[in-house]
Amino acid sequence: MSVTELRPRTPAETALVQLAEAAGTDEDARRAAIEALRREGLPHRRIEAWHYTDLRGLMGRRLGQGQAVEAIAEKAAGPAETVLAPLVAGSTVVDLDAPDHAVAPAGVTIAATNDLSDWHESPNHLDRPVDTVRLVNAAFGARAAKIAIADKAEIGSPIELRSGIGTQSHASVEVSVGDQASAVVVERVEGGGSPAPSSLVSHLAIGDDAEVLWIIDQSKDSDAAHLGQLNVTVGANATFKLFLLNAGGALVRQEVHAVTKGEGSQIIMRGVNLLEKDQHVDVTTTLRHTHPNTTATETFRNVVTGGHGVFQGMIKVAREAQKTDAKMACNTLLLSEDGDFSAKPELEIFADDVQCGHGATAGEINRDHLFYLMSRGIPAAQAKALLVKAFVDEMVEELEVEEAIAEALTGKIEAWLEKSH
Amino acid sequence: MLEIKNLHARVADEGTEILKGVDLTVKDGEVAAIMGPNGSGKSTLSYILAGRDDYEVTDGDIVYNGESILEMDPAERAASGVFLAFQYPLEIPGVATMTFLKTALNAQRKARGEAELMTPDFMRKVKAAAAELKIDAEMLKRPLNVGFSGGEKKRAEILQMALLEPKLCVMDETDSGLDIDALKIVADGVNALRSPERSFLVITHYQRLLDYIVPDTVHVLYKGRIIKSGDKELALQLENEGYSQIIGEAA
Repeated sequence: MSVTELRPRTPAETALVQLAEAAGTDEDARRAAIEALRREGLPHRRIEAWHYTDLRGLMGRRLGQGQAVEAIAEKAAGPAETVLAPLVAGSTVVDLDAPDHAVAPAGVTIAATNDLSDWHESPNHLDRPVDTVRLVNAAFGARAAKIAIADKAEIGSPIELRSGIGTQSHASVEVSVGDQASAVVVERVEGGGSPAPSSLVSHLAIGDDAEVLWIIDQSKDSDAAHLGQLNVTVGANATFKLFLLNAGGALVRQEVHAVTKGEGSQIIMRGVNLLEKDQHVDVTTTLRHTHPNTTATETFRNVVTGGHGVFQGMIKVAREAQKTDAKMACNTLLLSEDGDFSAKPELEIFADDVQCGHGATAGEINRDHLFYLMSRGIPAAQAKALLVKAFVDEMVEELEVEEAIAEALTGKIEAWLEKSH
Repeated sequence: MLEIKNLHARVADEGTEILKGVDLTVKDGEVAAIMGPNGSGKSTLSYILAGRDDYEVTDGDIVYNGESILEMDPAERAASGVFLAFQYPLEIPGVATMTFLKTALNAQRKARGEAELMTPDFMRKVKAAAAELKIDAEMLKRPLNVGFSGGEKKRAEILQMALLEPKLCVMDETDSGLDIDALKIVADGVNALRSPERSFLVITHYQRLLDYIVPDTVHVLYKGRIIKSGDKELALQLENEGYSQIIGEAA
């Protein structure tokens, strides 16, 4: 048994542990997670993986405002307020709190499970010996579901995953997609907040020659905190497409960790972070190329009208992963002096015959573009809005997805832009 | 139509004076050519007419249809009928050409208190104008100017001009980068728009363009001033003798 660290817990950490204790049923797995949370506390800026998102400090500001733990817990347990339409019409909606096979389309099985993610190690090499997102998820008694898509199944309409909208929700899901199958999965992360975070840990295993589009649609209310983690394995000659939209939340950390499982796998990641006053939104990704001839393109576009944004992107290329072609970019449009964005792209390459690159830019609206549009009679505000929209809509275009999905995503983005400008 | 009076202007950032007292009058329906060697201030003049804020007017005035436009921003000037055909039209990724055209057209109509154009009417208008300029439908499906060749960009500028129906067209080196066939298409497009109510300011290095767009007046801009004005014969004289003769006379 190792020696327990003697650092006293901050009031926020104590409150978080109390909230976790109050959150659900008394199971061994949960007790162990709560114990670890009590022991390890929250990560802070000296933990490299959390350098730009000092969870201990940020959570402290949310939990340290003198609200009684009971009051927070009560508020968090409130009923769902509205029934949301799915992001894409005709989707199969899966409630992760009560997974029901009855809704499953042909070729899909849906079941509840007790298996939670292992929090004893983190998929991020820069993190602590425990994984914070998984730990919080387990400590708060996440419900877990398993969704399996059969080999060769082509699931036409998207599968939309939800958990506890309007309440403090914690869920875990394992999605396996068989060889030569194709599917679209939407993580719908919505709803109001308590000062404690909601969490969603997802695992996606993509079979050989399969294709998956995974959409994370995060539009939590402006008082909500959320921790998300998506873990992906990509089979040989399979395609993993991700679209990540952050259009809400007060304190958000979304991690994506993907690893190739065979030759010829392809990763296409696009994301849009829309930030306004008082938000802290962090996207942390790791891509591991472990087989020859794999490709990845990863681009995030950020619109900042306030708040703090973070992008940490790591591409790791193993010694045997020759001919890897991987590119990463993070472009930020700063529309206000009140906001900021920190970008930390990293490459770690052990193979000698690869093409890898990364770039990060930050700037204001291109003055030449603005002048050109205005010289055609488009007023300044409208011209700026058009350019901002173009900047982020390109991420949707580059995904090359079917029109109904593209329209749903650009619609979400447009709604945010209209609200914030 | 246009009266430029003793116009002085400098680069806003660093203060270099570029225009040093330009005087120029363009009548209704007139096609005025501005010629001049590199660095004489031709492009600056076109940008200042369109309202680009990288330049600062320090003296003089620009009077358009009886009113000073110095306080108007580029969009207001455009809505009042000023159009600048760019020497280097900008590529704007993510903005669809059709969306752009419709937004611009309707923004101008709105500013003038006119009803917005409905989509079917708009489409008809664009198709007709595009056909005249030999612009194919595929080009219009792309983002604004993205991946267009030099010639396509210039034709797209003329298409915008035809749709927006401006009163004062400022054309900045429209001939640059065009082969002779493209030049003819562009010139035909411009000539089709000539009317007693519409004036043109055609800025060019070379006389060649003026064979196709025949000007009523020709003005030589040098070191930020108009040093000589004349009719189309002046352009031919420049072609034969170069600028040095006229610069020498003016000095």
